[in-house]
Amino acid sequence: MRRIFLFLLLSCIGYVGMAQDDIYPAKEYKGLLFITNGTVHVGNGQVLENTTIEVNNGKIVRVGQNIPVPQDDVKVFNAEGKHIYPGLILPLSDIGLKEIGSGVRGSNDYRELGDFNPNIRSLVAYNTASAMINVLKANGILLVNTVPQGGTLSGSSSVVQLDAWNWEDAAYLADGAIHVNIPSFVPARFAPPAAQQEAAKAALEKTEEIKSFFRQAKAYLAADGHDEVNLKFESVKGLFEKRQKLFAHADRVKQILIAVDIAKEFGFELVVAGGSESWQVAPLLKENNVSVILNAAHSLPATEDEDIDQPFKTPALLQKAGVLFALNDDVSNSRYRNLPFNAGTAASYGLSREEALSAITLNAAKILGIAAKTGSIEAGKDANIIISEGDILDMKSSVVTHAFIQGRQVSLENKQTQLNERYLHKYGLK
Amino acid sequence: MKTLLCAGFFFLAVSASFAQKTFPVNGVADERSDTYLFVNATIVKDAKTTLNNASLLVQKGRITAIGNNITAPKNTVTIDCKEKYITPSFIDIYSDYGITLPQRSGIPFSYSAPARFNSDTKGAFGWNQAIRSETEGVKLFKADKEKAELFRGLGFGTALTHQKDGIARGTGVVVTLADARENLVIVKERASAHYSFSKGTSTQSYPGSLMGSIALLRQSYIDAAWYKNNPAAEGVNLSLKAWNENQSLPQIFEANDKWGDVRADRIGDEFGVQYIIKGGGNEYQRINEIKATKAAFILPVNYPQAMDVEDPNDARYVSLNDLKHWEMAPTNPAVFEKAGILFCLTPADLTDPKQFLVNIRKAIQNGLSESKALEALTQTPATLLSVYDKVGSLEPGKLANFLISSGPVFKEKTIIYQNWVQGQQYNVTNEEWSEIKGIYQLTIRGAGNAYLSFPLEVQSASFARITDKDTLQAKFSFNGKTISISFTPGNHSKSVIRLSGIVSGNQWTGNGEDTTGAPVIWSAAFVKALPSKTATDSGNIVLPSAKITYPFGSYGWEALPQPQTLLFKNATVWTSEAAGKLENTDVLVKDGKIAQVGKNLSDAKAIIIDVTGKHITAGIIDEHSHIATASINEGAQSVTSEVRIADNLNPDDINIYRQLSGGVTSSHILHGSANTIGGQTQLIKLRWGADDEGLKFKGSDPFIKFALGENVKRTTATANNRFPDTRMGVEEVLMDAFQRAADYEKAIKNAEAGSKGKKGAAVNPWNTVRRDLELDALVEIMNKKRFITCHSYVQSEITYTMRVAEKFGFRVNTFTHILEGYKVADKMKEHGANVSTFSDWFGYKMEVADAIAYNAAIMQKMGLNVCINSDDAEMARRLNQEAAKVIKYGGVTEEQALNMVTINPAKALHIDYRTGSIKVGKDADLVLWSDHPLSIYAQAEKTVVEGIVYFDRQRDLELRKAIAAERNRLIQKMVGEKKSGKAVAPFKASHYEALSCDEHEESGK
Repeated sequence: MRRIFLFLLLSCIGYVGMAQDDIYPAKEYKGLLFITNGTVHVGNGQVLENTTIEVNNGKIVRVGQNIPVPQDDVKVFNAEGKHIYPGLILPLSDIGLKEIGSGVRGSNDYRELGDFNPNIRSLVAYNTASAMINVLKANGILLVNTVPQGGTLSGSSSVVQLDAWNWEDAAYLADGAIHVNIPSFVPARFAPPAAQQEAAKAALEKTEEIKSFFRQAKAYLAADGHDEVNLKFESVKGLFEKRQKLFAHADRVKQILIAVDIAKEFGFELVVAGGSESWQVAPLLKENNVSVILNAAHSLPATEDEDIDQPFKTPALLQKAGVLFALNDDVSNSRYRNLPFNAGTAASYGLSREEALSAITLNAAKILGIAAKTGSIEAGKDANIIISEGDILDMKSSVVTHAFIQGRQVSLENKQTQLNERYLHKYGLK
Repeated sequence: MKTLLCAGFFFLAVSASFAQKTFPVNGVADERSDTYLFVNATIVKDAKTTLNNASLLVQKGRITAIGNNITAPKNTVTIDCKEKYITPSFIDIYSDYGITLPQRSGIPFSYSAPARFNSDTKGAFGWNQAIRSETEGVKLFKADKEKAELFRGLGFGTALTHQKDGIARGTGVVVTLADARENLVIVKERASAHYSFSKGTSTQSYPGSLMGSIALLRQSYIDAAWYKNNPAAEGVNLSLKAWNENQSLPQIFEANDKWGDVRADRIGDEFGVQYIIKGGGNEYQRINEIKATKAAFILPVNYPQAMDVEDPNDARYVSLNDLKHWEMAPTNPAVFEKAGILFCLTPADLTDPKQFLVNIRKAIQNGLSESKALEALTQTPATLLSVYDKVGSLEPGKLANFLISSGPVFKEKTIIYQNWVQGQQYNVTNEEWSEIKGIYQLTIRGAGNAYLSFPLEVQSASFARITDKDTLQAKFSFNGKTISISFTPGNHSKSVIRLSGIVSGNQWTGNGEDTTGAPVIWSAAFVKALPSKTATDSGNIVLPSAKITYPFGSYGWEALPQPQTLLFKNATVWTSEAAGKLENTDVLVKDGKIAQVGKNLSDAKAIIIDVTGKHITAGIIDEHSHIATASINEGAQSVTSEVRIADNLNPDDINIYRQLSGGVTSSHILHGSANTIGGQTQLIKLRWGADDEGLKFKGSDPFIKFALGENVKRTTATANNRFPDTRMGVEEVLMDAFQRAADYEKAIKNAEAGSKGKKGAAVNPWNTVRRDLELDALVEIMNKKRFITCHSYVQSEITYTMRVAEKFGFRVNTFTHILEGYKVADKMKEHGANVSTFSDWFGYKMEVADAIAYNAAIMQKMGLNVCINSDDAEMARRLNQEAAKVIKYGGVTEEQALNMVTINPAKALHIDYRTGSIKVGKDADLVLWSDHPLSIYAQAEKTVVEGIVYFDRQRDLELRKAIAAERNRLIQKMVGEKKSGKAVAPFKASHYEALSCDEHEESGK
C-alpha cells in the first residue's frame, strides 16, 4: 500500500533540465486520484469551497465535500487554500503550426497556398515538439484549437491536448470547425476614396463565391456516388451534417452580417471568430444563435473616438445580451500565454470573475464542440484540471502549480523554466 | 475720341501689343498705343481705398493715372464702366503655373526594396536628391495658355510660381498671367526660395521620415555655411552654392499642417531665418502657437467636402476631429485676421480651383472681412515678395492688372466680366458686360410682311421667356454679341420658331425660321427694365458650433487644465521609496509638487478627496514608447544620430490620453529599431492638451536610441543591400561610427587650438571642420552628455556593444528589450547598464527564442536596475500588470515589481530627482487606483501630472457622452448636406493608427 502525497508549495521541481527534450508527456494513469479541500471554480459559474474532486481512469467521478479518500494506492493532492479550475482552453491559435513567425519561414506551417482549401487539416501538421506548448501549459492552458490560416476557406481546425507525443495522441476533437475568412469591406490603409466602393464590391463578389462553393458542395453531397471525387466538397460534409461548425473570421459589422447570412442559407452552426464589433449587433447574434470568440480583450479601441475601454468591456456587453462567447488572446508577442489575463480584464470591466472564467473554459468548450468531455469540473468529464496558488485571472496570484490532462499529472516545466534554473545556477542564486 | 459702350470683342493679337525689340517681325510692324481710359467706375485702389465714379488711365500695360479729373491723350480708347467695379487682380503666391514636376527617375522609396544611397541627379550637385536649391523657376517657366485662362477666371493676374518638388526647391519667379512671350510676363526673376518636408520625386532612400527631412534641412544650412569658405574637400557643389545665393530671398516653407508650421518655424529660428509658411488650413486649432511663429502665412482654402456618412457602419470610422474640421475649416482665415497674423490666400491645394471664390466667400461668411480677403490676395503677397511697386494695388506706375466686375468682387452675385493683365483685356464673363436683362418687344417679320410680336423677358444671358398671354419658356443664349432664341409660339404649338441674330446696343436684329421652316427676319427693342426684386442675400448663415478643444479631436479640453491643491485622504500609499507601503496615509499636492505625505494632513485651500480603501502610487514611467510622434524610424541609413524625435512630436495622439487612463505620466519616446544608430529620443510628460513643446520633460538628460540584431540587419527584407547584414557587421557599424566621431572631435579641437595659436582668441572651428550633426550626437555620447538606450536581444551583441562603449570611454546607459539579459546580467552589472525589458514576450522571432519570463527577476536579483517597458501603445495602458507578472515569474516582492515601472525607469532616465516615487518635493506625478495597483482588477481613477488631474474616470464618462452627442450633431449635418442635394465625397475612414517600433512611413507621405 502506497500513498503518494504531494505538497503544493513548490512550483518548480529542483531538477535542472538542459533542454526541452527532457520534458516528457505524462504516462497514462488509470487509477484513482483525489484533489482535496480546494476552492473549486467549476467553470459554469459555480464556486465550491473546501471541495474534493475524485478522478478515476482520467474521468471526474465526483465533486463534493464529503468524499472519502481511500487509504489505497491512489494519488492525493491536498489543495487546501488553493484554487482549482478546469484546464483553460485556447479557442483560436497557430500553436504547433507556427514556431518562429518572423524571419524563419521553415518553421511555419500555418498558411497554405490557394483560396478555397477546406480540405486542409491543421491537425496533421501539429508539431507536439513546439517550444510554445509547454509554456502555455505552465499558465494553465491545457487544450488548444489549432487553426490553419490564409485564403478564403482556410481548412479545418482541430482541438489538441497539450501533453502528447504526436498529433494522433494529441487529437482531442479532429476537424471540428471549417474556417472561412469573411472578405473585408474596408480598403487598404492609403487607398484613394474610390477604393471604398471597390472594396465593398469585391467583398460582395467574394461572398457570392463562397456561397457558390457551398451551393455546389451541397448539390454534390446530395448525390449518391461520384465518378470523380471532389476532396474539397467532401471535406465540408460535416458542416451540412452539423458535425462541424463554421468559424467565420469577421471583425466588422458588415462582415459579421455576411457570415450570418451565409450560415442561414446553409443551416450551418456559426461561430464568429474575432468579432471586435460583435457588441454592436449582439441581439442579432443572440437571435440567430451565433456564438463569438473574441480576439484579445487587450487591444486598442478601433477608432480614436471610441470609449477607451471598449475592447475591455465588449465581453460584458455580449454577456448582457445573452450571446455565448469565449475569449482568445491573439497578441503575437506573448504567444497566447496571457489568455487568463484577458479574462481578468473582462472581469475588471463588467463580467463577474466566474463569468470571465467560463469564457476561457466551459464557453470555449461549448463553442468548440467539446463540452460533453471538458470545460468544467463536473462528473463524467475528462479530468482536465489546474491548481493555482491564487486567482488565476490576476497575474499577481496566478501561479499554476499542478495540471492534469485526462487525469495525468503533466509537467509544468518548459524551456523558460529550464533556462531560469540554468542561470540561477550560473549565478549561484539557488 | 470713340466711346465703346459694350466693350465688345476686341481681343488683340498679343504679339503685336507686346513688341519685343530683339525679336524680328515676320510681316508688317503693328505697334499700338494701347491706351485706355476706364471711366465712371467704382475703383478699389487697394483694400483700404475705394474711389467712386473715378477713372483709370492705362498706357502700354501700365497704370498712368487714377482719379476723377484725368486728362487722357488723344489716342485713348475710353471704356465706360458705369456701375462697374475695378479691383486689383489677385496674386497667387503659391502657384506652380507654367512649371511642371520633373519625371521621377525610378520607383519611389519602399522599405521592402533595396535601399538607394545615391542621388539620381547627375552633375556637380549635392549628395541628396531632395535638396534641389539649384532649381530656378525662371528657367523652367513656360507660359501656359490654358492654365492662365483658368486662373484669370478666378481673378488672378499674377503668380509666384515654383517647382513643387523636393525639400529645398530652389527659387520662384513672379509672372503675370498674360498670354505673352515668357520674356515679357516675368515680373521678378528670383523672387523667393522654397522648402518643404517632402522629398517629392527623389528616389533616394534618405530621408525616409519627417524627422529625417528636418535633419537634412538643418545639415544643409550648416553645410552651406561651411561651403562659403570653398573647402577643397567639397569641390564645386552647385546645390550648396545656390542654397547660399537663395538666402537673401523671401524664404517660403510648405508645412501644410498646424504642427508642421511650428516645426518649420523652429528650423528657421535655429538658422536665423523667418519663413513665410504655407499652412494646411487647420491652423485655427492652435492659433496661439501659430501666432508665436511670427511668420506670415499662406493659407489654402481647400476645406474638406462633406462625406457620404449615411451608413452608420461607415460613419463610425470618421473621427470627431475630421467632422469638426469639416465644419470649422472655413473659419481659418477669419481666425488669422482676428489674431492679427499676416496672411495670404491661395487656390493651391484645391482639387477644383474653380471653388476658389466660392470658398473665399465661405471664409467671409465665417467672419473674414472683405477688405482683409482682398489684402490677402493683393497687397500682402506683393509686399512679401517685394513686388508691391509693380502689382497688388491700382496706382500709377504699376502694372495694369485689374478686374472689372459687376459689384464688390467677393459678393456672391458679383460677375467678373474682364480680367486685364498688363494692360490687355481678357474676358471672363464678358457676355454679361452689357446689361441684357430687361423686357423687350420681339418682332418677327415673315414672308409677305406678316408680323408676329411677342414680349420677351430676359433674366440673364442664358434665361428668357415669352410673357404673352401664356408664359412660354424660351431657349435663350447670349454670348455678349450674338444671340439665339427659340420658342413655341403658343401652348398648342409643338413646333418652334428659331431665331439667330446680333446685339448692337439696345437693338437686336437677325434672321431665322418660323414653325413651318419659312425664313423670317426679326428684331427686338428694349422696352423697360425688369421689376427690381429685393436683394436676397444668401439668408441665414449657420456658423459652426463646434468648439476648439485641446487637442482638437475627442477627449480634448475646452480650456487647458490648471494645477490644483489636492489632498488625498486615507490611502494606501506605495511610495517606491525606502518607506515602502504606507497604510491610511494622506498625500498633499500643491503647486505641482508633492507637498506632504503623512497622517491627518490638512490644507485650507485643498480639494479634499477621500480615498479610503484605494491606493496611490507614483505615476508610471514607460522607458520604451512610440506614441505621440509623427514618425518613428529614419531607416535609410545605418547611422542616423542626427534625427530627433523631438522634431516631430504629435501632441494630438489619442494614445496619450489612453495611457493616462492606465496611470502613465512620463514616456520615453524612442526612435524605432530600423538601424544600428537610430535617432535622438524625447522624454515627455503626458500633458494631454499641451503643444509639442509643452509635452517635453524639461531639463532631462538627452538620450539616443541604438538597436542591434534582426531588425537592423533587415532580416525580413527580401533584398537587403544596407550594411550590415550580420551581427558581425553591426559591431563594425558601432566601431566605425565612434571612430569617426573620435577623429571628428580631435579635428575640432585641433581647429580650435590652431586658431588660438595665431591670434589668441578662439575662432570658429567650423570654418575648417564641417560640422556634422550625426557625429555631434556621437561625440556627446562619448562625453557623457547624451545617453544610449539600446534595443538588444542576444548575449553576443549585448556583450560587444558594452565592449565598444568601453573602448571609447563611455557606458551604455540602458539595454532595452534585452530578453537574453539574464545570460549576461553579471557583465551588464559590471559595465553599469540599466535594463528595461518586456515581462513575458517570447517566440515571435529567432532572436527571442531564448526569451524567458524570468528575465526581469534574474536581473533584479543580480542587482541591476530593472524596468518593465511597453514598446506597445496598448500594453502601456497596463504596465502595472506587466510589472505584476514579475511576481508570478520569478517571485520578486510586490514593491520591487511596482518599482520596475516607477522609480527604476526614473533612475534609468536620470529623472529620479524629479519623479518616480512619492516623496515630498518631487513632481506630483501620481495615480489613484481603485484596487491593489498590481492587480488586474485595479483601474486608474485619477492620473495626476504635476498636480494637474489629466485623467479622471468620472470625467471620462461625461466626455464619452459629449463626444457621442457632438458626433451625432455633425453627422446629421453632413447627412443634411447630401439630402439638400449638395455634392458629397464618397466615404473615407479617418486616418488613425498607432505607430510601432518597426513602423516605416509610406512612400509619398
